[in-house]
Amino acid sequence: MTTSERPSGSVDPKLLEILVCPLTKAPLEYDAERQELISRAAKLAYPIRDGIPIMLPEEARPLE
Amino acid sequence: MSDALRVFDRTLLRARRRRAAALGPATFLLERVAEDLAERLGAVLRDFPVAVDLGTPGEALRHALARHPRLGTLIAVDAVADHLPRGRPAVVADEELLPFRDASLDLVVSALALQFANDLPGVLAQIRRALKPDGLFLAALLGGDTLTELRQAFTIAEAEVAGGISPRVAPFADVRTLGMLLQRAGLALPVADVDRVTVRYETPLALLDDLRRMGATNVMFDRSRAPLRRGVLMRMAEVYAARFSDADGRVRATFEVVWLSGWAPHPSQQKPLRPGSAAARLADALGTVERPAGEKAPR
Repeated sequence: MTTSERPSGSVDPKLLEILVCPLTKAPLEYDAERQELISRAAKLAYPIRDGIPIMLPEEARPLE
Repeated sequence: MSDALRVFDRTLLRARRRRAAALGPATFLLERVAEDLAERLGAVLRDFPVAVDLGTPGEALRHALARHPRLGTLIAVDAVADHLPRGRPAVVADEELLPFRDASLDLVVSALALQFANDLPGVLAQIRRALKPDGLFLAALLGGDTLTELRQAFTIAEAEVAGGISPRVAPFADVRTLGMLLQRAGLALPVADVDRVTVRYETPLALLDDLRRMGATNVMFDRSRAPLRRGVLMRMAEVYAARFSDADGRVRATFEVVWLSGWAPHPSQQKPLRPGSAAARLADALGTVERPAGEKAPR
């Protein structure tokens, strides 16, 4: 198992590659500045907190 | 999913698990299952570059798998951020709404979490989709006769004291049903087996305390919302002790750990031959004479 520790706050790039929107299973856009993962299909922005993507629709920010 | 099919209140489950962590969790069962899972996985001779741990509470499984030589990145998934390890790949997600790309994972493991899924067939179908072809799903969940003693004792006590019964112990799926669900999810080479663990407690109340520390107390939607009456609790303890104690006075509690494994389909996997494709007769192999169905062999 890899034991590399990353500073908290950055998301594992390997993880970003395989994440999709849990509702639509569509690809996500990574907004590094806002630390959000955006699902255009579901019109939701999933937050990333302390480097952990929060892939819960009820925690996501609705997009207009 | 319609409300009629929702058995477990998953928001309450999260709250119960937070309380368990605050109380000081009881992890003996989890540790045993985590060790077993690592051992079962160790017997599989292949590499798992990208693996997901689905909802396993605590650290036990991550520690047990840390020694696995062929495991790459292990991504922890939990519905509560506080339960996830820091500085390691982790995602907050609900088991019932997986956020993984199709055919992206080599391995999905889970220990003592999936018994609280409302839609286990849906969860398994999503796991299969997320697995790469020939990817492995290996999980342990509570099933069958788990806590049967407690269920019986509560039923008797509540009927006597309160004049009616309410669901106190969760319904658990039996191993045969779970095996069929694996197949229905389209997982190849499905295997389901049971490990029956009997734990002995000083008193039935000590069992309840452990369940609280496991975050495993009643989370059913249809649970009675009234606080448990002291009379019911005391009578339950009496019935439990009378029916399920050993000679030394300690009481037994059954936990049935159901093990599930299956593979995302791949052409290289063994499968049954097509009907009619046999190259040799069964009768020849058995050294006997073939007879049409329905005809009885002469005595």
